[in-house]
Amino acid sequence: MIPTENMEHPEAPKRTRLEELWLLFKENRLAILGLVIFALFFTTAVVGLILTSGQDPILDPAIIRLQEKLLPPLAKPSLETMSQNEAPKLGIYLFGTDDLGRDVFARMLQGAWVSLTVGFVAVGISVLVGIFMGGIAGFFGQRHITYDQVLITAIMFAGVVLLGLGKDMAGIAALFVGHASIAFLFISKRTFWKKNSIPKWLKTLHRNAIALDTIIMRLVDIMLCFPSFFLILTVVALLPASMYNIMIVIGLTSWMGTTRFVRAEFLSLREQDFVAAAKALGVGNFRIIFRHMMPNAIAPVLVSATIGIATAILTEAGLSFLGFGVPPPHATWGNILSDGKRFIFDAPWLTFIPGISILIVVLCFNLFGEGLKDAMNPKLREK
Amino acid sequence: MFSFIGRSIIQKTITLFFVSVVSFLIIHLAPGEPSQVDPLNPKFTPEMVERFQKEFHLDKPLYIQYLYFYKGLFTGTIVSWKDNQSVLLKIWERFLNSLPLFIVGTILTWTLSFPVGIRSAIFRGGIYDRSATFLSYFLISIPGFFFAYILIILTVTVLHVPVIGMETFGLSAYSWPHLFMDRIWHLLIPSVLGATGGIAVLSRYVRSQMLEVEGQDYVRTAKAKGLPPEQVHYKHALRNALLPFVTMFGLILPGLIGGSVIIESIFSWPGMGRMAYEAILARDYPIILTVNFVSAVLVLAGTFLSDLLYLVVDPRIRL
Amino acid sequence: MEHDNNPLLSVQDLKVYFHGRDDTARAVDGVSYNVGKGETVCLVGESGCGKTVSALTVLGLVPQPPGEIVSGDVLFKGKSILGLKDEELQHIRGNKIAMVFQEPLTSLNPVFTIGDQIAEAIQVHEDVDAKTLIERCVRLLRDVGIASPEQRLKDYPHQLSGGQRQRVMIAMALACSPDLIIADEPTTALDVTVQAQILNLLRTIQKKVSMSILYITHDLGVVANIADKVYVMYSGQIAEQGNTEQIFTQSRHPYTRGLLASLPGRSQRGSRLHSIPGTVPNPSYKPAGCPFHPRCSSAMETCRSIPPEMCDYGNGHLSRCPVIYELELEEKNREKRGN
Repeated sequence: MIPTENMEHPEAPKRTRLEELWLLFKENRLAILGLVIFALFFTTAVVGLILTSGQDPILDPAIIRLQEKLLPPLAKPSLETMSQNEAPKLGIYLFGTDDLGRDVFARMLQGAWVSLTVGFVAVGISVLVGIFMGGIAGFFGQRHITYDQVLITAIMFAGVVLLGLGKDMAGIAALFVGHASIAFLFISKRTFWKKNSIPKWLKTLHRNAIALDTIIMRLVDIMLCFPSFFLILTVVALLPASMYNIMIVIGLTSWMGTTRFVRAEFLSLREQDFVAAAKALGVGNFRIIFRHMMPNAIAPVLVSATIGIATAILTEAGLSFLGFGVPPPHATWGNILSDGKRFIFDAPWLTFIPGISILIVVLCFNLFGEGLKDAMNPKLREK
Repeated sequence: MFSFIGRSIIQKTITLFFVSVVSFLIIHLAPGEPSQVDPLNPKFTPEMVERFQKEFHLDKPLYIQYLYFYKGLFTGTIVSWKDNQSVLLKIWERFLNSLPLFIVGTILTWTLSFPVGIRSAIFRGGIYDRSATFLSYFLISIPGFFFAYILIILTVTVLHVPVIGMETFGLSAYSWPHLFMDRIWHLLIPSVLGATGGIAVLSRYVRSQMLEVEGQDYVRTAKAKGLPPEQVHYKHALRNALLPFVTMFGLILPGLIGGSVIIESIFSWPGMGRMAYEAILARDYPIILTVNFVSAVLVLAGTFLSDLLYLVVDPRIRL
Repeated sequence: MEHDNNPLLSVQDLKVYFHGRDDTARAVDGVSYNVGKGETVCLVGESGCGKTVSALTVLGLVPQPPGEIVSGDVLFKGKSILGLKDEELQHIRGNKIAMVFQEPLTSLNPVFTIGDQIAEAIQVHEDVDAKTLIERCVRLLRDVGIASPEQRLKDYPHQLSGGQRQRVMIAMALACSPDLIIADEPTTALDVTVQAQILNLLRTIQKKVSMSILYITHDLGVVANIADKVYVMYSGQIAEQGNTEQIFTQSRHPYTRGLLASLPGRSQRGSRLHSIPGTVPNPSYKPAGCPFHPRCSSAMETCRSIPPEMCDYGNGHLSRCPVIYELELEEKNREKRGN
């Protein structure tokens, strides 16, 4: 009898999770198409930014040539009517001109960057807020705020408000009381009021008032009561128009979905055995959150982020259409389309070119997001 | 059961209160004078401005204004700053205009999404599924106003049918069926437009729900019992897959006060969305706040309805 | 047990593969077993050895992409049912061959009452009026040992305990008095006392109606309790087959011996439990030769390259280990020579 030296079975090729994900993703051809288009869009935007910004850009989107207005795509400029630097660098108007004779191609390039940044920054803000809120709600949700904490916070808040209203004496007094209470409680807990001798009235104040989870979820509910486009429109109409305002507003009105996802994931993950195991090993809370739970929770967030970018781009286009987008003369795809709607029969390219571009870019993000979602969903995988 | 209802109502009322405060603050803390009290406009003499301020308590501190506003709202006496008409009346009129759009759009969305989604799930990967998927992505991604213009161009040039506005002018001499058809034509495109996005999203969701349910063990048991495929899919699988949608039904409610600003602008449809938009531009605070308030009420009522429906429909949840 | 000449169910050299993205899992790799009328046959093996897949293939419940029935046949009452179309299979499912699954909670539809689900099992195959239907459902529930059956009819699955749910599954399976019940680890998800009750239940019913049972399990204790015949499966193949006594007292395959030795009852108290070293091979990457050889203490050079055939020890006892067979043959010859 010869004992086998080799107890090893032939091994299946080892793959990391990322490789596994990529392979699954790759199969979805539409998703790959989405990724490719996104890469193209990204390069276009960056290149476009470089080419059209600055004092003397290579492709100038702002030059007005009234004599050349409403030319169709691939039209040749009438060089004799303009000065040297007014002539389009490419030799022809690749996408035609608009009603002010501006080179649509240059404007599209400029607008690409706007669409890209609006999408990414807005979603970036919403994702950060969402993860933060959702994480706290999910992980620390059961921690409560006690009545005495509420009281002290109220006093401090009143102090600030009073200061703001000009009632300095009262304001300073309130702030003083607030800080003093904090200091008092802090010191006394550690010195003469060891656990047993904390007086009763203080103990009643220290009862739980409201859970963190409840606070955050009520906040989400309140935000959800506002119809989103309406809210964005309101804020954007009331604030001075600028690209940054738009991004921030879109970001601050769309974090609720992410919060819910993250909270749900954290709630379910928290109960799982590996968290208990980590705790039993003495791993600290934050380490647990970031190293163990976050990678699992990221998945739905990523999916909703890509789709969120698509929505943000559409929202920006809509706002431009209504006249509230990035202020002129800066070009965005939305306002090129909006300007063009008056000439829809005479110069259809002014609406079609930006319209189709928006369609393609948004489509690519949606495909990409759905492809990610399918790749990450274990239930839909082939067994 | 009743304690659940009671608790729910209390929670929602508290939320409503906070919403009212927040929206009030947002409006009033924004820069700019209310109601376009434009110093350059010769119509607004200083006396008029002062009278205006007194009448609408604009000189009082914020919380007093808040109380006045909501008193006005609940007693129905609140008036628009722009033209002094009763806000509630204005809203009601526009609501009646938006209603047909909303109803047709919702019916279209819900009756078309389910067959499409279910069929896509059962024949997953087939031609039907792939084309439906592609079409859905397309419809989700196209900017609404762009799609609107395409549709308008198509219907006007190809079908020679007028589409702008709620009805064509000068038709009052014509017969009743003619007027009716005219209304229908005008209603059609905007409703379809509003519905397409909804159909795309909802059918995808239906499909994914069906797929998830189809993979469950009890579907396998149903097959093992010898049930024919129709019973397996439409009785066992569907009944479970539909559960979340019953709850979504309640969330249709907030749509009543919606009304896409964009669609109404394009089609010159005098609906809620346009009114809200004009109010924002004119800083007509009463209208903005009232619309906001009503919308919040509808959202909360809608979620409440959803929770109730879920209780009724899912036997696993009994309080 | 009386055996008909034709076994009720005959699985013949079945091969079922699953095609993944870049590999193919050979879940069932040439499996043959028979179940006679009134017999209880146990299919034993660890998780992943292919026993469930072979059972699902009998009822045509294996999804055909990604699965593929590569070769082999399944005969029921002498007729091939492998390639039957769905409509014809529906006549057999639940009616002639019924299946009880492993997870009773997820296997019952949560939104229908158990009364509805049992009634459905009857109605799909037989034309019965409402009154008789209810009577039969109540009788079935009583037969499987559920108290107050009339009230339980209106309950939903989540209102019952695990043991009760599994009894309901059995009631559903018995609804049309099938000739064969396939039970796929029906008690694995339940605790031990409930397990004993369910086993007794099955035995009682079988005695009453002379039904055949194909019982799939990984628990040798259960096998010892109820089996007439045993098939031990490893990595998609039958490693050893025989009647209960042969398998438990004269096992002739290293894997079976390993399994038996691992039973806690077999070790001395206080000494280490015996375990088979290594792990079950990945169905897509099986070792060459005998699939068990990397873990086998009796493996020879030939085991590494030549896939072993079944060796017949007579009286229905077969084993797929030529090494042991030859050893015994040598022993016998030596004894003969010695005499």
